[in-house]
Amino acid sequence: MAEREAILPLRLEGVCFDAGGKRLIEDVSFGLRAGKRSVILGPNGAGKSLLLRLCHGLLSPSAGTISWAAPEGAGRAHRQAMVFQRPVLLRRSAAANVAYPLRLRGVPARERGARVEEALARAGLGAKSKQAARSLSGGEQQRLAMARAWVMAPEVLFLDEPTANLDPAATRAIETLIGDVHASGAKIVMTTHDLGQARRLADEILFLHRGRLLERAEAAAFFSKPRTAEASAFLKGDLAW
Amino acid sequence: MNDITAAFGMAFAMLLDLDRDLIEIVGLSLRVSFLAVGLAVLLGLPLGAAVALYRFPGRTVLHALLTAFMGLPPVVVGLVVYLLLSRAGPLGVLGLLFTPAAMILAQCLLVLPIVAALSAQIVADLNREYDEQLRSLAAGPGQRLVTLLWDGRFSLLTAILAGFGRAIAEVGAVMIVGGNIAHSTRVMTTAIALETSKGNLALALGLGLVLIVLALTVNLAVLALRDAVRPSHG
Repeated sequence: MAEREAILPLRLEGVCFDAGGKRLIEDVSFGLRAGKRSVILGPNGAGKSLLLRLCHGLLSPSAGTISWAAPEGAGRAHRQAMVFQRPVLLRRSAAANVAYPLRLRGVPARERGARVEEALARAGLGAKSKQAARSLSGGEQQRLAMARAWVMAPEVLFLDEPTANLDPAATRAIETLIGDVHASGAKIVMTTHDLGQARRLADEILFLHRGRLLERAEAAAFFSKPRTAEASAFLKGDLAW
Repeated sequence: MNDITAAFGMAFAMLLDLDRDLIEIVGLSLRVSFLAVGLAVLLGLPLGAAVALYRFPGRTVLHALLTAFMGLPPVVVGLVVYLLLSRAGPLGVLGLLFTPAAMILAQCLLVLPIVAALSAQIVADLNREYDEQLRSLAAGPGQRLVTLLWDGRFSLLTAILAGFGRAIAEVGAVMIVGGNIAHSTRVMTTAIALETSKGNLALALGLGLVLIVLALTVNLAVLALRDAVRPSHG
């Protein structure tokens, strides 16, 4: 494979998003570089999922700009992946689900098999490759979604509350996988409203509140000394609305 | 009442007997309708999916036409195909009138809107569920169409069966373009119409029962096949 030009950093400038006459994301600006695990933290309804979808390109900003280092069309869409809160798995076997993005990207069939097998094994689903994806348990389905994202070897992996519907054991498995994907060199950008998860996974925190980016700080600094009253309230467990 | 009991008796006797004429008629019925549905599926599934997924000029009109044409009168379709294929018609040189090919064409035109309109609905519903995921995976428009048709395969079978039901049961179109010629273009429905007009009501009804058993068998076979495959593929 030819050496690829990096698509990061990602830069948001004055990004707003309106829906139904309401401003849901308000004047957000920040940049994302390779390396750190960036966690977008905030209460439910803060606009975390919207912000993630804007970054990934599933939504277009109402105002402001979102730009990548690589120009449009340079395979940018193929170099990022997203894991949703509720994964949409194809009505096919687990292996076929993981092979699917490779087929979309034109990876020859003879290369696909080994990569699919490896991704499934990493997700602990090696024994279930032939099983129908939709007959897997909730935790397994999310692990399969992780394997499907991983097999693309994305430069950036977006995760939208990936464990919100899962029990603690399944959550632990997903968090381990997120760590593995990060260790393999991918940038992690994830949303969560779960403080414990943010503490376990985050290198840096972007604190979102009512559609505004109120704080951005190293995780340790954020948790010990939040700078805004809203972040303090959120950390204390108050309903800061 | 006598006719009805006699009809059951005759239907039973015909099925046991496997009369050669009956087998020929049943065979042609199945051949014409299978090929017509096959052709309609080949054209109708991509057409329906395209209407569901793509924005192009005339899309709304096309969608409305497909839906409305689900109820096309077979006689009218037969007449149009007749005019197209008749000696003086634009396709007259093909010499297809009063052949099974003409019957296949007519039935295909009847089935196509059903398959296309129902698959448009199925694909649109599935697309709503898959949209974000497919965009995230960067699936192109053609890839999306193929993906949704494949993932909708179990629901689409119902659309195909609806089309088959339409084809095997209609009489108006095949009568006009086929001509109900014995040993050439006679099928179950035209045979029933003929026997009815001759006053052989019990025989006509007997043939009707055989036709119903036939349609039922095809449907059961397809559904059984689906249920056998489905558990392993969700």
